[in-house]
Amino acid sequence: MANSETDPRLLVLAPGDNIAVARLEIAVGTALQVAGRSVTLQRAMGFGHKIALRDIAAGERIVKYGAPIGSATQAIPHGGYVHSHNLASDYMPSTVPVEAAP
Amino acid sequence: MRGWRRSDGRKGIRNYVAVAYLVECAHHVSKEIAWPYREQGAHVIGFPGCYPNAYALKMMQRLCTHPNVGAVLLVSLGCEGFNKKLLERTIKDSGRPVQLLAIQENGGTRATIQKGRDWVEAQLKELAAQPTEPMDVSELVVGTICGGSDATSGLTANPAMGRAFDFLVEQKAAAIFEETGELIGMEGWMAERAITPELGDELKACVAKAARYYETLGYPSFAPGNADGGLTTIEEKSLGAYAKSGASPISGIIKPGDIPPRGGLYLLDVVPDGEVRFGFPNISDNAEIAELIACGSHVILFSTGRGSVVGSALAPVIKVCANPRTYARMADDMDVNAGRILEGTADLDTVGREIFDLIKQVGAGEMTRSEGLGHQEFILTYKSFEPIGPACLPAVA
Repeated sequence: MANSETDPRLLVLAPGDNIAVARLEIAVGTALQVAGRSVTLQRAMGFGHKIALRDIAAGERIVKYGAPIGSATQAIPHGGYVHSHNLASDYMPSTVPVEAAP
Repeated sequence: MRGWRRSDGRKGIRNYVAVAYLVECAHHVSKEIAWPYREQGAHVIGFPGCYPNAYALKMMQRLCTHPNVGAVLLVSLGCEGFNKKLLERTIKDSGRPVQLLAIQENGGTRATIQKGRDWVEAQLKELAAQPTEPMDVSELVVGTICGGSDATSGLTANPAMGRAFDFLVEQKAAAIFEETGELIGMEGWMAERAITPELGDELKACVAKAARYYETLGYPSFAPGNADGGLTTIEEKSLGAYAKSGASPISGIIKPGDIPPRGGLYLLDVVPDGEVRFGFPNISDNAEIAELIACGSHVILFSTGRGSVVGSALAPVIKVCANPRTYARMADDMDVNAGRILEGTADLDTVGREIFDLIKQVGAGEMTRSEGLGHQEFILTYKSFEPIGPACLPAVA
């Protein structure tokens, strides 16, 4: 399931995901193979933090484990760091049914 | 595996004496009674409130007749509001030995402790002589919970426990997941897994109820520590918790004290019905564990990233550690090192299979780490529930 062209320090959780997760801390300036392209980290990646596996357009859904975890609030380049500065929740509590369980 | 058969046909993987206090005022005496026998199978449970509560009564009835329990000592102060006669009757009707001691009628602390110890000691001797029977995986009920989570929980331990859940359901065991407040954003996905559309609607309503409840309480469902750990959104956090449920179809929704009618995957709805009362639904992980046990869980799978140490009264807790660094620091408390998935030395299926095999070993009598360390945490507080609706447990064609 992991993309063979992605550095083993990154974990691709499911096919079709557009982000990978760092298995361990990776220092700023590290050169990494990310889905077939070499990327130099512009900032340190904490353990469990996310990196874009391809160019992601503003408004596009971020998919982890095959499930959407929110949408990009701005364009994210291939290899870009993905966190609260460019990813926001799509979850709107007002859209869920409000009837109580019987 | 082997188990002790009870009169309702269920089998227990342990044969404990429960020492149950019926109000906080009887807690100390209960602890003192059980203490010398804590390694021989005496476990303290109880309800601290003085005012009667239907939920607490049902919980105590289910816990005192749990398959892992062979005999029950009820310890009352004497003037509390708990319906002790009904609880005593329920236990007696289940065929278990039961003794009710009221401290006020038995000469106070010292005399009650002595009487209680004499009774517990005699029961433990009886229970030790009871024969066991072979037990099949299909007779198991297994609950799951996560606590002390970090970014690794959703990457390693939770999905690995999900695999173990899939293996259990395949072999017709009942598997229960919960924490509806941590499934917010996942309800659409869950509904698609329901065995009927009506159950799907109930699943959505269940999460909506949790969202509303937590909104009223201002519950911090997404904490700054989550973001430090690399989680960005509530969906992302929920997805990690949701992964514990595995990939099997969802067979039903139950509430605390409801026992799954057959094998399959069940959601335990832990959020009270009606207006927000009595505070937080579950004030700590052990409150949820107690509810899973009241639903008949023989074993609890507990995923932790930061490193929880708890066990539980009445049912063994299997600790699955998600984070390899936490495992290195706290290996003595952990049963499974799911952090190997992050280190690249094991995959999800391998760890899932390891958890499944460990459940069977624990069912054959092997002690979990928390059991060996003497952890017997228990907590029960006030709640109120309506019974589940007819769509929650669809008949199987």
